[in-house]
Amino acid sequence: MVDPRLNIINERLAKIGKIIAVSSGKGGVGKSMIASTLALALSRRGYKVGLLDLDFSCPSTHVILNIEGLYPEEEKGIVPPEAHGLRYMSIIYYARDKPSPLRGVDISNAIIELFAITRWGSLDFLVIDMPPGIGDATLDMIRFVKGISFLIVTTPSKVAFETVRKLIQLLKDLKVPTLGVVENMKMRDSLFIREQVERLAVPFLGEINFDYKLEDSMGDVKKLLETEFAQSVKEIVSKQL
Amino acid sequence: MHEWALAEAVVSTSVRIAEEKGLKEITELKIKIGELQQIDQEIFEFALSQLRSPLLKNTKFSFETVKAELKCRVCNHKWRFNTKNINEGVSEFIHFVPEIAHTYLKCPKCSSPDFEILTGRGIWLDSIKGVK
Repeated sequence: MVDPRLNIINERLAKIGKIIAVSSGKGGVGKSMIASTLALALSRRGYKVGLLDLDFSCPSTHVILNIEGLYPEEEKGIVPPEAHGLRYMSIIYYARDKPSPLRGVDISNAIIELFAITRWGSLDFLVIDMPPGIGDATLDMIRFVKGISFLIVTTPSKVAFETVRKLIQLLKDLKVPTLGVVENMKMRDSLFIREQVERLAVPFLGEINFDYKLEDSMGDVKKLLETEFAQSVKEIVSKQL
Repeated sequence: MHEWALAEAVVSTSVRIAEEKGLKEITELKIKIGELQQIDQEIFEFALSQLRSPLLKNTKFSFETVKAELKCRVCNHKWRFNTKNINEGVSEFIHFVPEIAHTYLKCPKCSSPDFEILTGRGIWLDSIKGVK
């Protein structure tokens, strides 16, 4: 028996210029903040941008962007609704605020289903907020999505970077393009992460200082785009992407 | 019209398989549909009829619905998916992403959401027949 959904995925993504998976080996390093802000920053530069929250167990971009009351339109599949200028897709449309305890095989199946039925249309960028780690979602993105590239997020912590090192190694082994590494939540001068990244022959995209005011901008896109954090993301966008 | 997206997947995949096998025409296509998917077969068949490529113009489609059976990983209880026990909204959510069942359904015996979908999930091309 053949699962026909697998064959249609790349047709669904055919009109997307660049697909960026914002990823990390570790949780809590700011992937969702960076993915959301990156999508907004690209959109504000005039690009057509989609944002997909692929963290089915713990989605959070809808909180960052204050997305409520939206639901995908049904048109020969599902069409992600627009929020803040982004085509936005997340499991929250269906799970609402309830927990979705999914095991590996279910995560894979849900990913395949969403990719098979979602009609993104033509986009310049699709930003994917990945769940942490190198598990099902990462392996599925590598398996299904041709032309995907990874933007990797770490903090200055050696613990975080140790998990990132493994992600970089996996991507290298599988010959998956890595845009580079962003060092987030920086609190003091240190070249440790930059040196480590350069040693792995991966681009160091830039650093983002810990922004104490960032939490005050949760759910307020205008405020978010005015934060120092967003300024740093915008600099990375203009210099590196 | 989520059925349309799945019909496109069926057509695209069967054409690819036919091309790989050097078939000039697909004469018969058997499709298995998981009950959990809650496909409206009428819409699905209509979409297939509209999407027919030259390879599929004389194809006889047959459909089999596979009952959804669930098994609790905690207490091993098995039960059947039944839309009568859930509201319309939840039913629609499961229709779009069947794994959402884990968000809304619980084991009727021990209330755990940690269950396995033994059968009745997804859509499958069961067999393809054609002429070379």
